[in-house]
Amino acid sequence: MIFRTILVALVFTAGPALAQQVVELKPGPGQDVASVRCAACHSLNYIRMNSPFLSPDGWKAEVGKMRKVFGAPMEDAEEATIISYLVANYGAPAK
Amino acid sequence: MKRRDVLAGSGAALLSAGVARAAVPGMNPGLPQGTLDEVALATLPGKKPLLRLSDRPPNYEATMDAFATPITPNDRFFVRYHLAGIPEMAELRNWKLTVGGDAAGKEVSFTLPELRSLPQHQFVAVCQCSGNRRGLFQPHVAGVEWGTGAMGCARWTGVRLKDVLNRAGVKAGALEVILHGADGPVLPATPDFAKSIPMQRALDDDTLIAYEMNGAPLPHLNGFPIRLIVPGWTATYWMKHLNQIEISSKPLQNFWMAAAYRVPAGMFPVAHPFASQTNAQSTPITEIVVNSLVTNVADGATVKPGFEIKGIAWDSGSGIRTVETSLDGGAHWAPASLGQDLGHYAFRPFSAALKAAPGAVKVMVRATSNAGEVQVDKLKFNPAGYHHNVIQTLALTVA
Repeated sequence: MIFRTILVALVFTAGPALAQQVVELKPGPGQDVASVRCAACHSLNYIRMNSPFLSPDGWKAEVGKMRKVFGAPMEDAEEATIISYLVANYGAPAK
Repeated sequence: MKRRDVLAGSGAALLSAGVARAAVPGMNPGLPQGTLDEVALATLPGKKPLLRLSDRPPNYEATMDAFATPITPNDRFFVRYHLAGIPEMAELRNWKLTVGGDAAGKEVSFTLPELRSLPQHQFVAVCQCSGNRRGLFQPHVAGVEWGTGAMGCARWTGVRLKDVLNRAGVKAGALEVILHGADGPVLPATPDFAKSIPMQRALDDDTLIAYEMNGAPLPHLNGFPIRLIVPGWTATYWMKHLNQIEISSKPLQNFWMAAAYRVPAGMFPVAHPFASQTNAQSTPITEIVVNSLVTNVADGATVKPGFEIKGIAWDSGSGIRTVETSLDGGAHWAPASLGQDLGHYAFRPFSAALKAAPGAVKVMVRATSNAGEVQVDKLKFNPAGYHHNVIQTLALTVA
């Protein structure tokens, strides 16, 4: 998969020879795009540690902040995919 | 300055990726489940094992036993970064500090030897992340889900910020001092981490530029070669890798001041409000709230009928007046003994010899500052998860 290839390249070429922790997100639709876009700036620990308590609006706000405030490059469709993926896999359980 | 990501973690972490692991023992059960699953002991270069919350940027907190002494050793001191562009030591050794801005008389710069030639000052102070204990908020709020270890107390040695500012000259109309560090974002579009403090705080005798921590150079990931020390204020102002200071006639308007690190106006009264950054709704988080932590017994532990509670208490700099314990849900409180006083900004050790009949017992601990501030019974909820200082309650078994 192209996204997986990019992610692995990022992890293993970003700096000196020290090992970096590999963090895998749960498999599911959107895993690849979420992994690549989020890991551009930060490790994926951030997602796992912020679970499972955010509401769909909570995840929407977080991803929106990453794009609008922190300048994370992503297309509208990618943003929607990432939000859906995070809600389904790392969101608060449905009541 | 060229920036590179610090690659943290160990080979063991790499090999164990994808393998489910048990949570680290002793973690607070009030943390989010995802945090309990995520946190692992890991070793950064030059550090003893810390609790890793995130790898890039590195966010690591100290384990409870790091607080067995009122001074936190450098190699057990927490690490906190917002952005992953962290210069390496080789780059930081070519460090220079520039001081200027529209309210400075002139621009000046300092090498490390030039900075060290200014009068030296030293004191002990607590460095505490604004979001320490965020992970214990109910309901949970987004962010780095810190437990109780995003803090430490060190003996800081350096020069007064005001002595540095006076070399540049402070013009009438100076309002804030803006602080920049050598670390920065991965993407150019991300707002660089810059903070400001009010002029009054910048000119305070106790605001230092520190080049030593516990008698040694600052560890790389605690701000080498220098960081700002704003004792009594949360660590967001303690700029690491400090390399540029602006004396400004205008308030700093960036994400890190105007949107982040803010609390609802009036929720946490302070002695010296940050007026130039306060609006009707919110104000910057500044002064540390009174707090305490038991460090020798974990929640859920089994103890003997005669047992001792030990810990530390701290506040924004008035000092600790009392630490008290209760075994009856807060109906009656008994004073603990206070230990060595390392200064009013330092952790103050306490201990209490307690007795309880076999069975279950709940031990509550609360600190009161010399200013009369007491730890709260109920969380003052705020959306960013700051200033958690709820009275600690340990559920113990006496056997």
